[in-house]
Amino acid sequence: MVLSDVTRAAAQAIVRHRAAKPALFVAALLPLALLVAGAVNHTLGANPAETLIRSLGDWTLRFLCLTLAITPLRQWTGLPALARWRRMLGLFTAFYATLHFSAYAVFDMGLAWPDIVRDVAKRPFILVGTAAFLLLLPLAATSFDRAIQWLGAARWQRLHRAVYGIALLAILHFFWMRAGKRNFGEVAVYAAIVALLLGWRLVKATRGARYFMKLGSHSAKG
Amino acid sequence: MLLPRNRGFVHPIASEITPQAVFNARRRWLAAAAALAALGPRVAWPQAGTVAKGAPLPAARSSVPGAFTMEKATASADATSYNNFYEFGTDKSDPARHAHTLKTRPWTVSIEGEVRKPATFGIDDLLKLAPMEERVYRLRCVEGWSMVIPWVGYSLSELIRKVEPTGNAKYLQFVTLADRAQMPGLRSSVLDWPYVEGLRIDEAMQPLTLLAFGMYGQVLPNQNGAPLRLVVPWKYGFKSGKSLVRIRFVEQQPTTSWSLAAPQEYGFYSNVNPKVDHPRWSQATERRIGEGDLFAKKRPTLMFNGYEAQVGSLYAGMDLNKWF
Repeated sequence: MVLSDVTRAAAQAIVRHRAAKPALFVAALLPLALLVAGAVNHTLGANPAETLIRSLGDWTLRFLCLTLAITPLRQWTGLPALARWRRMLGLFTAFYATLHFSAYAVFDMGLAWPDIVRDVAKRPFILVGTAAFLLLLPLAATSFDRAIQWLGAARWQRLHRAVYGIALLAILHFFWMRAGKRNFGEVAVYAAIVALLLGWRLVKATRGARYFMKLGSHSAKG
Repeated sequence: MLLPRNRGFVHPIASEITPQAVFNARRRWLAAAAALAALGPRVAWPQAGTVAKGAPLPAARSSVPGAFTMEKATASADATSYNNFYEFGTDKSDPARHAHTLKTRPWTVSIEGEVRKPATFGIDDLLKLAPMEERVYRLRCVEGWSMVIPWVGYSLSELIRKVEPTGNAKYLQFVTLADRAQMPGLRSSVLDWPYVEGLRIDEAMQPLTLLAFGMYGQVLPNQNGAPLRLVVPWKYGFKSGKSLVRIRFVEQQPTTSWSLAAPQEYGFYSNVNPKVDHPRWSQATERRIGEGDLFAKKRPTLMFNGYEAQVGSLYAGMDLNKWF
């Protein structure tokens, strides 16, 4: 995705515009606003609890994909300024994940914690989803600048690479949830997106490793 | 339930189930939501559903024991918009959206196999075969939700007696329509088509086993299995095949679609049983559609969906953990 200089300049201006971040913030809250409006006005269908839980899960996955897309997009488009959106998108992922889990705990399980614990243990897809959610929490908790200083950039980065595992768990969660109806169309779309975004990183990392190995062998010869 | 029948409960007539004002209010909000959704990112807005608009199907109140639950009937808008009918798509809102392509006339049902009088009945013959009864049944889906639906039809046993099963007829297999031209969901390989279900002959003869032609006082909407379907109220909903085209009387236990698709999850019997969990979730409780607000507690699921008094004896001595 190579942009022409003119397009890139225009895109750069938009990304850097001081209204860009507030606009993104408002846009990211829109799905929640629509769901709340639907719940209040009884337009979420015959089973509003199910609609809420599932829609919040869908949005968690969408924000996760968007967050993971930032780094590759920066490279493909030559727009490094996109990085300024990554933290907010990551935090919205955690935000929707929290709402998704809370909606399950409240609407599906009536906040009966012994039942929730039993349910998490009984259903692999709930277990995997809960694991992904819990793993996301330390990432959200260390998203501010001070945390990077405290942890040190290298350790912070290692911690935040957990998001790759979280993405795989999220896909598995969705896959198992749909396995009952063997309805994998949407799962395949998200799996393909996550595979592309993680695969790109894997290729880059192995290329990098090979490059350094080459460097190493050259220097050994020299 | 151990309640006396005929204790003065007056069942609401069909048109009262969703008050017109409530329905209109939902419509207005739906229009507003659609306008809003067009501006923002697309949220999966389920349709609020259409109230059954079919022709009236008059019926007299059934006198079959257990055929009238005292519980509040589910709004017809919910019962006709939240459906599992995979021939029209796997999403619950798909059948209401896609089932208009189903042609319910002309329609025939052929009765085959171990019967003395095999026959092919036209839908009009079937409608006249026995007097129509209204019955209000609980419906429990294996997924963990439930409804209360006023059906119109008659006991399947009326039809069975007409075709005179032989001594070899131990089971019935129900074959439902599978026509790619009418049913977009058949393009998906989610199940082997046609959808088939089965009952033991004593289950099929139990008077509660209903051949339904209508609901809420009107002919069945397409998405609910028009023009005729089975309703077996003490079994999970998927046992009740929709849009039937063939009934086979057989000696061996017949194949059923879900037990073929996932044998460890769905058995032949599939009786509602709060003590036997689905391998992937508990069956102890259920969400009654339309009951209370979002924070309403789920209700406990009843043994045989509350029809134990009528059907429990069919399974005397059977290990229900094994024969799930």
